Amino acid sequence: MSRKTLAGALAAAAFALSAQAAAAEDLKICVEGAYPPFSETTASGEVVGFDIDMANAMCAAMGATCEMVKTDWDGIIPALIERKCDAIVASMSITPDRAQVIDFSAKYYNTPAAFIAAEGTEMTTTPEGLSGKTVGVQRGTIHQQFMEGEFPDVELKLYGTQDEAYLDLQSGRVDALVADQIAMDEGFIKTDAGAGYAFFGDTFSIPKYHGEGAGVGVRKGSDLAGRFTDAIAEIRASGEYDEIQKKYFDFDIYGG
Amino acid sequence: MDLTLPLRHWEMFLHGVWVSVTLTLLSVVVGFALALPGALAQQRRSRLAFLPRGYAYFFRGTPLLAQTFLIYYGLGQFEFVRESWAWVFLKEAWWCALIAFSLNSGAYQTEILRGAFAMTPKGELEGAKALGMSERQTTWLVLLPSSLRRAMPQYGNEVVFQLHSSVVASVITIQDILGAGRTLNARYYVAYEGFVTAAILYMALTFLLVGAFRLLERRYLRHLLPPEELKKLQKGALGGAAFGSARV
Repeated sequence: MSRKTLAGALAAAAFALSAQAAAAEDLKICVEGAYPPFSETTASGEVVGFDIDMANAMCAAMGATCEMVKTDWDGIIPALIERKCDAIVASMSITPDRAQVIDFSAKYYNTPAAFIAAEGTEMTTTPEGLSGKTVGVQRGTIHQQFMEGEFPDVELKLYGTQDEAYLDLQSGRVDALVADQIAMDEGFIKTDAGAGYAFFGDTFSIPKYHGEGAGVGVRKGSDLAGRFTDAIAEIRASGEYDEIQKKYFDFDIYGG
Repeated sequence: MDLTLPLRHWEMFLHGVWVSVTLTLLSVVVGFALALPGALAQQRRSRLAFLPRGYAYFFRGTPLLAQTFLIYYGLGQFEFVRESWAWVFLKEAWWCALIAFSLNSGAYQTEILRGAFAMTPKGELEGAKALGMSERQTTWLVLLPSSLRRAMPQYGNEVVFQLHSSVVASVITIQDILGAGRTLNARYYVAYEGFVTAAILYMALTFLLVGAFRLLERRYLRHLLPPEELKKLQKGALGGAAFGSARV
């Protein structure tokens, strides 16, 4: 091999490498890790769940390489704004309040809010039915705002994670919890820990509080919102969405 | 950064200050009650002195956050705890925090007092003996007043540390100063406003505590003041009147 061809081959290889680096965009995705089955942390510290599978599928559809960054829920929007990550995939509902601070993709699923309590409770989901009761809710969620707006006289206990709220329901410190119906069903009611607890009353989906489903949060003005929306449409069309959904749920959570 | 946000929610922060301050002061007082017998037992080389030693070792050797989690989430997992009379208290996050903070502060205070007792000048104790004081009289009239005075600067530290440790309360649903800050951050999706407000409030409280201990030290450690300072005090120029006549 002559020197010239060797140099040429090296240059070609270097070019190919740099082209690949440019094509594979690196994105950091803020996820939560304490909201099963959407997002939970395994014993080895890995974050898994529907949100994480969705994020990976969307990233693949966009041709990006994604790294998951585990972030506390009550600091997740600031983390996005302060550029600790480029997008939030954490079952975050698209609400008018949040839309003032960040942009959203279209929804990737939509499920209602519901209440749980010990089986056989006589509580109802009206302001009278919950008066004098203590209700647990995760801090900084749509459910907190919903309770403050619709049930101003009910005593609220605020938790950093939904998992801590489950612990306090079990110990009897709170009478009921309000959160996403599916998250509580799959993450608690259907597990061993949830034996003896059940849903009661109505489910709620009030646009003012509950928004229009969970979307991908991105910084204001970022082109990522549109690209994630396209990616959601793409994985729904390709059947990948259904495949991931089947791993976690036996029904459709995309919503109408 | 929008600093009108915390001002619009000043009531939440004021309530937080009340919660933080009461938890801090109460836990130091309860901690003192726990620490005194243990430190005395060690001073007298009691056969039971291994108990307070083990207590201080355990609670100084584990993080307060872990202790608080164990008491709040841990104990609540046991059926027999939930059915006992203790559940009346353990059900409430506030009592769990007070218990954890008091046990923790008590462990540190045991060491502070033990050290102060050990440093008592031999002559003071010999003098008490020479006057024919009983052990109880020696303890209450000589050992304690002398040691507490010596321990005062460390106590100032302990109270400030305890105030800063009390932020742990916010992870078990208590709305203390930090809890108010986190709620503000979470409600308006901001990163700084809540935490900066909390930091300013903690600093202001620390400043007040340090000031209070400085006044106490001026009163009770006035024999350690440099001569010029003491002279000024005696003339009543520097708050001497506020403390009455010198009795040291």
